[in-house]
Amino acid sequence: MTERLAFLYPEIVLFVATCVVMVLGLSRSLRARKSSAVVAGVSVLLAGFLAVVSTPRGSGDAACPLSGFVYSHALTPAMGQVLLPELAPYAKAVIALVGALLLLPMAGTVDRTDEARIAAGKAGFDPLRSNRAEFYAFYLFSLTGLMLCASADNLIWLFLALELTSLPTYIMVAISTSRNRSREAGVKYFFLGALGAAVFLYGFALVYGGTGTTNLNAIAHSISTGGLNTITLLGVVVSLLGLCFKIAAAPMHFYTPDVYEGAAPQVSGFLAFVPKTAGFIAILLLCAAVGWGYSHADSGVGSLLHAVSAEPLVQGTGRRLPYLLWLMIWVVAALTMTIGNVLAVLQRSVKRMLAYSSIAHSGYMLVGVLAGPGDSASTSGVSAVLFYLLAYGVMNAGTFAVLAALERGTDSEGQPVEVETLDDLRGLCASHPLLGWTMVVCSLSLLGLPPLLGFFGKLPLFTSGIAAGQITLVVVLGLNSAIAAFYYLRLAFTPLLESRDESEAPPALAPFRSRMAGAVIAAVGVLVLSAIGGWAMGHAFDAATVKGAGAIAPRGH
Amino acid sequence: MLLMAAILIPLVSAVLIAAAPEARAKTIALLGTLAQLVIACYAATVFDWSFSSRAQLGMSVAWFEGLGVSLSLGADGVSLVLILLTGLLGPICVLASSTAITTRIRTYYAWLLVLQAAMAGVFAARDVILFYICFEFTLIPMFILISLWGSTNRRKAAIKFFLFTFTGSVVALAGLVYVTWFNATLDRGAVPQVILSQNELLGTWTFDVSTLITAGQMMSASEQAWVLLALMAGFAVKVPLFPVHTWLPLAHTEAPTAGSVILAGVLLKLGTYAIYRFALPMVPEAVALYAPHLSMLCVVGIIYGGLICWVQTDVKKLVAYSSVAHLGFCMLGMFALNNTGITGSILYMVNHGLSTGALFLLIGMIYERYHTRDMNQLGGLAAKMPVWATFMVFFTMASVGLPGLNGFVSEFLCLLGAFQASSSWGSGAWGSDIEPVAAATPGALGPWFAMIAGTGMIIAAMYLLYMVGKVVWGPLKTPHGHAGGHAGHESSGADDHPAPLPTDLSGREIVTLMPLAVLCLVLGVYPKPLMNAIQGSVDQTVAVVREPLRTHAVTGAPAKPAPASPANTHGEGAQ
Repeated sequence: MTERLAFLYPEIVLFVATCVVMVLGLSRSLRARKSSAVVAGVSVLLAGFLAVVSTPRGSGDAACPLSGFVYSHALTPAMGQVLLPELAPYAKAVIALVGALLLLPMAGTVDRTDEARIAAGKAGFDPLRSNRAEFYAFYLFSLTGLMLCASADNLIWLFLALELTSLPTYIMVAISTSRNRSREAGVKYFFLGALGAAVFLYGFALVYGGTGTTNLNAIAHSISTGGLNTITLLGVVVSLLGLCFKIAAAPMHFYTPDVYEGAAPQVSGFLAFVPKTAGFIAILLLCAAVGWGYSHADSGVGSLLHAVSAEPLVQGTGRRLPYLLWLMIWVVAALTMTIGNVLAVLQRSVKRMLAYSSIAHSGYMLVGVLAGPGDSASTSGVSAVLFYLLAYGVMNAGTFAVLAALERGTDSEGQPVEVETLDDLRGLCASHPLLGWTMVVCSLSLLGLPPLLGFFGKLPLFTSGIAAGQITLVVVLGLNSAIAAFYYLRLAFTPLLESRDESEAPPALAPFRSRMAGAVIAAVGVLVLSAIGGWAMGHAFDAATVKGAGAIAPRGH
Repeated sequence: MLLMAAILIPLVSAVLIAAAPEARAKTIALLGTLAQLVIACYAATVFDWSFSSRAQLGMSVAWFEGLGVSLSLGADGVSLVLILLTGLLGPICVLASSTAITTRIRTYYAWLLVLQAAMAGVFAARDVILFYICFEFTLIPMFILISLWGSTNRRKAAIKFFLFTFTGSVVALAGLVYVTWFNATLDRGAVPQVILSQNELLGTWTFDVSTLITAGQMMSASEQAWVLLALMAGFAVKVPLFPVHTWLPLAHTEAPTAGSVILAGVLLKLGTYAIYRFALPMVPEAVALYAPHLSMLCVVGIIYGGLICWVQTDVKKLVAYSSVAHLGFCMLGMFALNNTGITGSILYMVNHGLSTGALFLLIGMIYERYHTRDMNQLGGLAAKMPVWATFMVFFTMASVGLPGLNGFVSEFLCLLGAFQASSSWGSGAWGSDIEPVAAATPGALGPWFAMIAGTGMIIAAMYLLYMVGKVVWGPLKTPHGHAGGHAGHESSGADDHPAPLPTDLSGREIVTLMPLAVLCLVLGVYPKPLMNAIQGSVDQTVAVVREPLRTHAVTGAPAKPAPASPANTHGEGAQ
């Protein structure tokens, strides 16, 4: 009992902290209110620490099944261990680190004008007007959901975890600024998110229909012994389509720029990491259940017909996903990165540009999903995806934190005005050197320029893609990096090279030191991980162990 | 350790410059580049030249172990010669910038030194990923040099430079990674014991250059062709070969003087060096098969570049386009795939760096004085600036290929190589039935290529002499407002330079030109030491590419997969 509970220590810590934060945020004492953010940050780091220290390792019953504990399912021993047995500690540690990094720029996101009025003695504290408690509580709820995804082994569990990740973010978007466009963004995000959830829930239902179980291990067992029948395959395809919403992949990407633009930059940064990570973990789990052991010719309607024929597909010695699934991910990956990058080139608004680039990065990572497991960090696409999530999380947190740390005065209602266009960033290295150089480092890293972290994130995607025979897709990935160079260069060099007109005042620093700290820590993180990323990559590879995939030959069909 | 120092010292100096006060920047930069030069020279004395084909002075530190990436350095004869060239141009560029650069001095010198470090890194890398990292990282400093200190069109030039090179080299990376993967999946049992004993890393996931070169040779012909295409996509842009050269004139024209010198002197050589280091030995069959096609691009580049030079009025643009033509010669020699041609090609890399670098310095000196590079506004400067004119004529002659100066040696060898690179040299093409002459080497180029390229030499003489005739000789002509050279400018009180420039060259400027002039003369009269230095490495490469060439010559058809090749099984593994 306790041993099984040990899986949930991080989530339990986060949940307790959520309750504490909800109370603290409503306190009359300013100090107590302010401490809610600290409690949130400490609990996230503690959760990450516990995930590394206390998660039971090893095979057998200990590494098994939370759902058996929760839903009192009995698992037959033949099903063995969970699909990605080593995933949880690594994923939760990454979630905690990046989550804490994303928390830093969130200082002062909500209640800013109210707090100023209280401090000036113009108003008393009114718990009904305060949003601080909810904001940090939702932040913690969302991370709780994300961590639960990483140890999900049941479709129902996975669905609930995904929703727990997403639902709080809808509200965080809506309350992140007091402008109408945030509310609009929140509503748009909610409706499209609900649509996405409906789609993948439908897919999960089909998978249940095809295999008769919601337990992922049992599904994998049923597929590996009895073959993959058409209903299950369609179920997985439909689920993946729904999950494309979470990772902001084409054709479910349309909300991204509007929502990112409407939300405060620190919340946009949160959106670029948290739902994306949840989506990719879910996609990896589903693909691991289906297995990468199929072989098929590359093209041909015949394969497609075979894919939906009545006889179940059987895994062999190949190392691909079933044709229909392979084709779908291939097309989605190519489309996603191309659409994201091409449209990002056209943007003048920094947040929209970063939103489109976030779409493109999802496309890159799908190459790793396609490549599947391998026997080293260089050939394992799963490990590449897991490492890229860490790399992207850090780089991305840096760029959004820079945007959050700057503001151009206040509008008529006393609301701070955000930095909008690239022109606002001109001469940033001269006026605010730390922020300017953070922007330079993070955007060059996002571009994938060697020897920065982003390059070492993309390299395993490259190598694993080629090792899996996806050469065309890898070339598409390469060319897309080149398109990305066009706008990332602008983002990196506008602060460094262009100078600001004498008449214009440079953007001011937001009066929250932790926002700048978040940016600088992210930049330092990028540089440090560029040097010692090999160590993190080793852990990503350990986490990418897929059950039963070790026997797959490294090459050929 | 020495090579590591040659990379680290400029980097450390760059950090020092960023931290030190503005007034010290120039001194630190000069010391840093001189230190790099001294280390490179010392490395040349430690280097065992009798085994110049071997990578020496090596060191290796693990970096991303899971990926097989390591910081692995080493240099053979060719690498070391090019590191020396890099080291030599460093202090010259610093000296040449001292009056031209007046804004953001620290930023300028810091990035200049980062560029020096990255270039040395490219030549010293023995790990494919480390090579790629340095190769790409040269883009950032150059981008900044052009876009901050360039002339009017600088932003466009910088972006074009970056995007062209970046796009190509990403594809080249895909090619190199493919070879890596091929090596990782090699069946060691199928590889002859002789090869295995020399490359214990065969069949494992590694980015070690020499292992990948050995593995690459075992690929099937079609795989090699694809890899060659990918590699050329990256490296031909950097060289630049004919259809992808358009970034070069723009970048050259817009870059500050020192930027142009480094661009012409070393950056373009990154492309030729990469082709020599990777494309030739890694995919020899494909190179042998496609050498005529690639050479055709070279020849077109030679003629086309030359003709465009002829109609330029901007002196800097003229020299920039002449680089397109000159690098065409260099690559033509390379694709001749015989000892003569490749030796000439590598000499060309050095010589072009010396003479074209010096020409850019000279043009920069004029630009600093008259703020124009327009041939219609300048003329007869010999009367006012005899020292400058002497150097100008000297380096132009070196660039044209006047016998006795360095340009002639390399250009002649490249053309001779192309002539000889035909098994039917001396028979078929001339309509006679005598046996092929003894000097003929297997290859598919032959007289036609060499002859058409040879006319490029004549064109080169025409446009360069035309330029010298206009700018150096003839009636004296200087732009309005600069009638008295810089002295007059100064008296009007509108001088934007801290130290006024004399009418003719200052001592500092002569010091920057002198070493280049001496080397041009020495390498023109007695190139043997340089040729000996690279011979071992060239012999080895020629031995590798010769094998498939013979097969072609005998069968007249694409070579069969290499005998020891388990490659056929891989072809199907690829998509």
